[in-house]
Amino acid sequence: MEICLRENAIEIFDLDPFLAELLRQIPASADPTGGDAANADPEGVRRAQERLFSVPAPRSDREICKEWKVYVEPELRRLFRSATETVAEDLKQLNEPQKPLANHTLRIPLAHSDSWLNALNQARLALHARYNFTDSELCDHERSPVASRRDLSLFQMNFYGFIQEFILRGLSEEK
Amino acid sequence: MVQQMRGDAGTETIEHPGTTQETHTEESLDSPWLVVVHNDPVNLMTYVTMVFQRVFGYPREKAEGHMLEVHQKGRSVLWSGMRERAELYVQQLHGYLLLATLERAD
Repeated sequence: MEICLRENAIEIFDLDPFLAELLRQIPASADPTGGDAANADPEGVRRAQERLFSVPAPRSDREICKEWKVYVEPELRRLFRSATETVAEDLKQLNEPQKPLANHTLRIPLAHSDSWLNALNQARLALHARYNFTDSELCDHERSPVASRRDLSLFQMNFYGFIQEFILRGLSEEK
Repeated sequence: MVQQMRGDAGTETIEHPGTTQETHTEESLDSPWLVVVHNDPVNLMTYVTMVFQRVFGYPREKAEGHMLEVHQKGRSVLWSGMRERAELYVQQLHGYLLLATLERAD
């Protein structure tokens, strides 16, 4: 996989089918249920919900927390949904017909970079909350991505972080 | 904050980045509200710095100082002043998915 900044866009090319599939999973990963409500672990879903929609004040300040739920949380839900929809639209490039197992190219317009940063962050936070990764797991970059679903999710989180870093670099170079 | 942050921060020591405070006469009648950002193990250092620059208009160095304070001390007070504006800042920070709270100064 190669990634570069070209003509107001971030281009990811030579993207192998495995990494392309991880990118396709961004919108589902950003969902607290992981996109599979029927089989999701309820405790993991609750943790992901609580992290994506965290309290705005100490819990003892019930009035602020109650008002927030009513007035602010719906706005945040709209914002987050809008970001994942933009990303899902860009990801349709990965569905274009081509030879089986061929590598893909993905072009992310810099104008969509805020949506990508937001959706990637939603996905990373939700993954972290669902799997409850420990500090030592988060620091272990040598872990095999295929040993278990948990390891794969950790790899997925780190891969999304790498894409986020590159988008941030693209934004600072654009200035 | 994130694992990248742990590696990058090393043993560096930081100055307290300071808190911007509003100083209107009306506010002096009431105790100010604080906008506090809390550490989390996922958000990237560079992302948090960018958010502080965007939301508060802080220069890069000041934004980085607050980001490091969050990382090393677990929290940083980014702003203090009137409740309405503090609420707006917290809402913006939640829009960027940072852990932020509104707290009374006393």
